[in-house]
Amino acid sequence: MFQYIIRRILIAVPVLFGVTIFNFLIINLAPGNPVDMFVNPNMSVADITAKKEALGLNDPLWEQYGRWMGNLFQGDFGYSFSTYEPVISNIADRLGPTLLLMATALVIAYLIAIPIGILSATRQYSFIDYLTTTFSFFGISVPSFFLGLGAIYLFAIVFPIFPTGGMNTLGGSAGFTDTIMHLILPALVLGTGIAGSMVRYVRSSMLEVLGQDYLRTARAKGLHHFIVNNKHALRNALIPIVTIIGLEIPLLIGGAVVTEQIFQWPGLGQLTIQSIGSRDYPTLMALNFLAAITVLFSNLITDVMYSVVDPRIKYN
Amino acid sequence: MAKYLLEVDKLQTVFKTGKGEVTSVEEVSFQLKPGQTIGIVGESGCGKSVTSLSIMRLLGKHGIVKKGSILFNGLDLTKISESEMRNIRGNEISMIFQEPMTSLNPVFTIGNQMMEGIRLHMKLSKKEARKYSIEMLNSVGIPRPEAIMDEFPHSLSGGMRQRVMIAMALSCNPKLLIADEPTTALDVTIQAQILELMKNIRTKFNTAIMIITHDLGVVAEMADRIIVMYAGQVVEEANVFTLFDNPKHPYTKGLIGSIPHIDYDAEERLVSIPGAVPSFQNMPTGCRFHTRCEFAMERCLQQQPDLIPVPNDELDDHKVRCWLGEEELAATQPGNREVTV
Repeated sequence: MFQYIIRRILIAVPVLFGVTIFNFLIINLAPGNPVDMFVNPNMSVADITAKKEALGLNDPLWEQYGRWMGNLFQGDFGYSFSTYEPVISNIADRLGPTLLLMATALVIAYLIAIPIGILSATRQYSFIDYLTTTFSFFGISVPSFFLGLGAIYLFAIVFPIFPTGGMNTLGGSAGFTDTIMHLILPALVLGTGIAGSMVRYVRSSMLEVLGQDYLRTARAKGLHHFIVNNKHALRNALIPIVTIIGLEIPLLIGGAVVTEQIFQWPGLGQLTIQSIGSRDYPTLMALNFLAAITVLFSNLITDVMYSVVDPRIKYN
Repeated sequence: MAKYLLEVDKLQTVFKTGKGEVTSVEEVSFQLKPGQTIGIVGESGCGKSVTSLSIMRLLGKHGIVKKGSILFNGLDLTKISESEMRNIRGNEISMIFQEPMTSLNPVFTIGNQMMEGIRLHMKLSKKEARKYSIEMLNSVGIPRPEAIMDEFPHSLSGGMRQRVMIAMALSCNPKLLIADEPTTALDVTIQAQILELMKNIRTKFNTAIMIITHDLGVVAEMADRIIVMYAGQVVEEANVFTLFDNPKHPYTKGLIGSIPHIDYDAEERLVSIPGAVPSFQNMPTGCRFHTRCEFAMERCLQQQPDLIPVPNDELDDHKVRCWLGEEELAATQPGNREVTV
């Protein structure tokens, strides 16, 4: 098992390397460059060229990439083109809020999806089943910006329970309850979106397991159907769900872009949008690098989790 | 009446489908005494398993016992509540299934699955249940029971898993053990071991066994009485010797004729019953077997025969559902017709 993990990490290194090259090319292929963002009428052509030279943007691409990579090996992600702050501290500031939002959204999604998925599967073709299927379809189809705006309108304007956005009240104490109040709406919007598709996964996975012989054995022992469904069936039904959780984590960083923007959540998603807007190459490269690591890492975690939940799977 | 452990009386089980009700088992009646073994034989789809699942009340949400009664120790299993039934399942009536490979939950250890029923019905502590489980595994001939307790089902062979299933089924000392094709999925040497094990258990605990199989060799080995089922009905019932020596129903004769014998010539063709069991949606009128019966008469096409005692065989309680038998009876003993309904 330990060997397997080491091997997987070693395989991840060239993959990560490839991803950075690819990202670097794509970012540079995008029209516009960072200096265009600073342009104001008082700047001369010479000023612009000097600025470009200073940022090293006139060098050949491979040289720019080499410089970036070289710095990375020294643990240096460079400085943001737009804020002149170190990229690493920019990202570090944003990581906490994103992780908080992501984790809450995932927890909400699973708290909704697992019980409803079980209910829907154990009462297949009943009224409840059709109702949850309809709602999950709704959850999958409605885009998060629409759901987000709807939620803001309903719960922040019509019924002013929650703030419209941000992470803390401006000028407020920024206490725990304040953050929670700001967190609820974006986490719910994000969570409902995920729950929509997750309900369907849990339902179909449960249905498959419910027809298995070993559940008949469990019933034949005289176990209560509650234990049969929630111990014997669920434990097996969760095996494929584990894969989906692994796929969901990197998606959440991406999916949070829209939600973070709507709720002005100071997370990585918002930083991504801002960096794209200002063609802030060092920040974008670092964000992509982080995303690539998240994908590779959550894939590894998924595979390791597999062997934990399914005793038939052994890695060597 | 109380001398019987199990009395199934005119059981009718139906399944609700999108196209209406489908009758899967009809007018099945039999009795079983404590410690006795009854074999239920027939082809696939003739209602053997449904009969046993009706007794366990494990038909699923679409299956219901529509008519008849199942008296277990005088208690009608079709009428009691679900929680009373749960107390009987795995406790007084246990069941082992055909597929040992898929009958154990792959994600729980053998010990976990063994102890579950024991703790539920015998109200033992975790420690006691573990000790008792190891004893049970030992008694069904599992080597290294302590180690096996912590193994997952996938690391055991089919024969071992079936032993675990048997240990699990027997752990609460059931009065009735229902074995639904317990040896079908196993290879022959393991089959013999499992049958031997079941015989030992019967003598040791005086457990009544209901063994369901399509293998006449297995029932010949195990059963005291045999019920032959065809298309959801009992077509013949007799004790094991009578049935093999003197089968009456053409279907039973066909089944017995289709057993391969080692002393037969290699050139000799094995007898087979032509055709297949009719589906319940288009069940023939009259005798259900007439479409495949070489002795079918005009009467068989129109009227359904009842299960009646075979003449001169009343002592054995030999019953058959065939006009042929009744014709013979009418011819040999006029005026002495007794029809059990």
